[in-house]
Amino acid sequence: MNFETTIGLEVHVELKTHSKIYSPTPVEFGDEPNANTNVIDWAYPGTLPTLNKGVVRDGIMAGLALHAQISKHMHFDRKNYFYPDNPKAYQVTQSETPIAHDGWIEIEVDGKKKKIGIKEMHIEEDAGKNTHTSNYSYVDLNRQGTPLIEIVSKPDIASPEEAVAYLEALRQRIQFTGISDVKMEEGSMRVDTNISIRPIGSDKFGTKTEMKNINSFNFVRKALNFEQQRHEKVIMSGGTIAQETRRFDEATGETISMRTKEGSDDYRYFPEPDIPPLEVSDEWIQEIQDAMPEMPGERRARYTNDLGLSAYDAMVLTQTKEMSDFFEATIALGADPKKAANYLMNDVNSYLNDKQVDLQDTKLTPANLAGMIKLIDDGTISSKMAKKVFKGILDGEEPAAYAEKNGLVQLSDPAKLQPIVDDVLANNQQSIEDYKNGKDRAVGFLVGQIMKQTRGKANPGVVNKLLMKALNEK
Amino acid sequence: MKFNDTDLTQLHADLQAKKVSAKELTKAAFDRIKETDDDVKAFITLNEDEALKRAEAIDNEGIATDKLLAGVPLAVKDNIVTKGLKTTAASKMLENFTPIYNATVIEKLNDQDFINVGKTNLDEFAMGGSTENSAFFTTHNPWDLTRVPGGSSGGSAAAVAAGDVIGALGTDTGGSIRMPSSYNNVVGLKPTYGRVSRWGAIAFGSSFDQIGWITNSVKNNALLTQIISGQDDHDMTSSDRQVPNWAASLNENTNVKGLKIAVPKEYLDEGIQPGVRTVINKALKHFEELGAIIDTDVSMPHTKYGVPAYYILASSEASSNLQRYDGIRYGFRAPDAKTLEEVYVKSRTQGFGDEVKRRIMLGTFSLSAGFYDAYFNKAAKIRTLIAQDFANVLKDHDLIMGPTGANPAFEIGSEIADPKTMYMNDILTVPVNMAGLPAMSLPAGFDNGLPVGLHIIGKAFDEQTIYNAGYVFEQTTDFHKQTPKLGGQD
Amino acid sequence: MASQIDQQQVKHVAELAKLEFNDAELAKFTPQLGSIIDMFEELQEQNTDGVDPMYSPTDRVNVMREDVAVKSNEREALLKNAPDTEGGLIKVPAIMDDESEDGE
Repeated sequence: MNFETTIGLEVHVELKTHSKIYSPTPVEFGDEPNANTNVIDWAYPGTLPTLNKGVVRDGIMAGLALHAQISKHMHFDRKNYFYPDNPKAYQVTQSETPIAHDGWIEIEVDGKKKKIGIKEMHIEEDAGKNTHTSNYSYVDLNRQGTPLIEIVSKPDIASPEEAVAYLEALRQRIQFTGISDVKMEEGSMRVDTNISIRPIGSDKFGTKTEMKNINSFNFVRKALNFEQQRHEKVIMSGGTIAQETRRFDEATGETISMRTKEGSDDYRYFPEPDIPPLEVSDEWIQEIQDAMPEMPGERRARYTNDLGLSAYDAMVLTQTKEMSDFFEATIALGADPKKAANYLMNDVNSYLNDKQVDLQDTKLTPANLAGMIKLIDDGTISSKMAKKVFKGILDGEEPAAYAEKNGLVQLSDPAKLQPIVDDVLANNQQSIEDYKNGKDRAVGFLVGQIMKQTRGKANPGVVNKLLMKALNEK
Repeated sequence: MKFNDTDLTQLHADLQAKKVSAKELTKAAFDRIKETDDDVKAFITLNEDEALKRAEAIDNEGIATDKLLAGVPLAVKDNIVTKGLKTTAASKMLENFTPIYNATVIEKLNDQDFINVGKTNLDEFAMGGSTENSAFFTTHNPWDLTRVPGGSSGGSAAAVAAGDVIGALGTDTGGSIRMPSSYNNVVGLKPTYGRVSRWGAIAFGSSFDQIGWITNSVKNNALLTQIISGQDDHDMTSSDRQVPNWAASLNENTNVKGLKIAVPKEYLDEGIQPGVRTVINKALKHFEELGAIIDTDVSMPHTKYGVPAYYILASSEASSNLQRYDGIRYGFRAPDAKTLEEVYVKSRTQGFGDEVKRRIMLGTFSLSAGFYDAYFNKAAKIRTLIAQDFANVLKDHDLIMGPTGANPAFEIGSEIADPKTMYMNDILTVPVNMAGLPAMSLPAGFDNGLPVGLHIIGKAFDEQTIYNAGYVFEQTTDFHKQTPKLGGQD
Repeated sequence: MASQIDQQQVKHVAELAKLEFNDAELAKFTPQLGSIIDMFEELQEQNTDGVDPMYSPTDRVNVMREDVAVKSNEREALLKNAPDTEGGLIKVPAIMDDESEDGE
């Protein structure tokens, strides 16, 4: 029997607002436990929420970035459940009226393009954090109330590869809006999956299993692959799939059933009476649309059409907003786009991979990269010297000063080079003869001699010019 | 000294003229409380030391002209949070809870240099109509100590009736200001939903709750309500409409000539006790004599659905609002809880009283899977119909009148065993909260020596017309001048 | 009218609400709740087709605050009111399941 797979993804993205969604305390991490909390975050008797306009704005922007329809009328809902990190014992979210719905993003797998639908998006609050010892759990409410956008896909995803492509595209678009860091390793992007399989041609979806909080794209792929094969095996051997939540074990690469209490998932949603409804005006949506940063596709088009980069280069440069922003800043400072692109894609990227760091964590600046490229262009340094200067700018050095200090400056002054050229010619009569007899190789030899005398610092372009002139005059 | 007939404006003038000091007034309030409260039991917490200290400081600073409440002793219902002063909501859950912030209304009163004498008793979390659901004790009706003071703001109403204070803050979710005002022969106004910030009022039914005053007179009520009203950044549902100076137009020229008063037939039907009906009919006749137009050919057909719809919606909101009492961050944690589940279940089971548990159960049930549409959402639709009933009548009438309660104060212990009967008492008050309208209970007479309140309902944000009518009635009758025989002074 | 709730259901609802009733309480509460729920049933008589639900009488719409962070400095006072704390954290008996609710 052949099966087809249906995958749904729920992605939570943490927003980078200054304050929380329903309370004005700061959204900041790494502070002392409970330092960024107040009576609202603790759900004190008598407290009420106040809605952060920035979160609504960011939610609309995310909706627009994912080609979704923005809801003109919306309210908030309470989702009721008890948990130590959930102080009100309800989460204020949106269930009836999502901030945006019916969006899509395009993915490409094995050269095939496909649109994946987005069912709906909600703005809501994050919970606090629990830590555990064997006998006790400890609650830190600093994260409580951090704004989240929940993005729910349509069941359009047909393979683990498509799932990862969807997540990559989603991360990229959200990252380009600037509303979130979307970093899985830091928890600012979290992924819940559900998967089912059915015989090809069947009009009924199979039973789905869920997995929550998988923390890398790689693990998403592995977990979904494992589940896909497990479902097939169970069904082929005559069994049935239980609807359940499973956990992905990173060590074994397998998924494990989690015991869940029956009936504990009755969340008793109802409209939040403490937050008046929102009526989103067309003007506001337009204003947010106008403020929307360029999306990766638009940047790629500009890179290929206006800057003459290859489609591949444009794709690599727009993989992260950081890289693309860095590139733009570098060429804005006058650097040649192709050279800037080459440096970023090759030298910079291999350095980042080597050190396992993000661009923003290095001391490299667009000004210094642009400065170095200019030194190459105006002949101050050779491309060989540039390799050394590049090491300097990675440490935050100013390229011109660094080159000067380390003697990495080409000898380009004809007045200084002419005597050396004359000297080499005087000592190599045989080569002059060879040249005249049409042996071009002789030129290379002579250049080599000149470079040797200048310990490699002579500007080859200038040397060539002077040498040819002298030879032709002989 | 009793505060039953004290006029706030006069008192302020006397304080400014140093005819009386804030300290003397505060002492007088506590003297009166000591005289009456062994019988009445209106207060959960007295703030005596702090209040006297504060009064002395205010005397030293001098009474500011623009601070009407400077040095005036007032009481606060114990479900309104007061920084540094225990706030219990009459629940074991918060028996030892000291808030770390003030409700907005308290901040506004503090700006006026008021004196907080203490926190008054209520039904636990404001759920009930008798104060019998207080986790600590039942307040007794000063008019008849064997009877309930009504609820849930029973302590506040009893304190005002006993002459302890000029006014006491209450909250009204389904009649909790008006019903005890009716039972105690005092004036209670529930402002329009959104008129007063709810920040710091311990939530019961968030789309119903409203803070207001119980006072000894209509004008004092208007003055006090003005002070606590207005938009507040802490409460997104607080209205940004301008707050009028209601009391400014309460004077000898105020009249009710040509005022159109609707009396829906459902408000005086057979469910209303005959003695109450007699009092209300007399009051209506009085309005007619004063020149008002009484229209009894009015129907509000969905009135009968008010109680079930209210108990579904308010209990649903309450079930969610009260989930935060989980024994984890503040309040009661069961000492015998060993596991996390026990922290939840034992703390809540031991910390809440029966009525609170009933409402939590009803609300949880109404919202639970499979019942939401039949109960919660059905009731929300009925709410629309009830609001439309009011809108239809108030389109061509200025006010709606009827009795506040179907009966006067009942005996302590007589209804507590039957929650449904207790709930039906609210039939005339809950529809007002469903629609979010302003309404007052006004002393209108007596039935066998027990006070009966007239219920005056107005258009949204038109508290003025209610105050006008109430003021004219009060000035032309002497019901409000009668006080209970308490403390051996009468 | 038949009561809409039996003891089994009362138990289930109590579980959702994190309350516990012993047998005697269950015997008392169930008929009480049943008679109130019977009263709720009266709403079914009223046709509400085409009627929009009303969730609040508020006159406000689009109430939002600017995104400005305000530090509260209430940490110590908040921790002081908690039944049990350690190292600035709220302390509870160990959470048994190994996964947080999906409020995340």
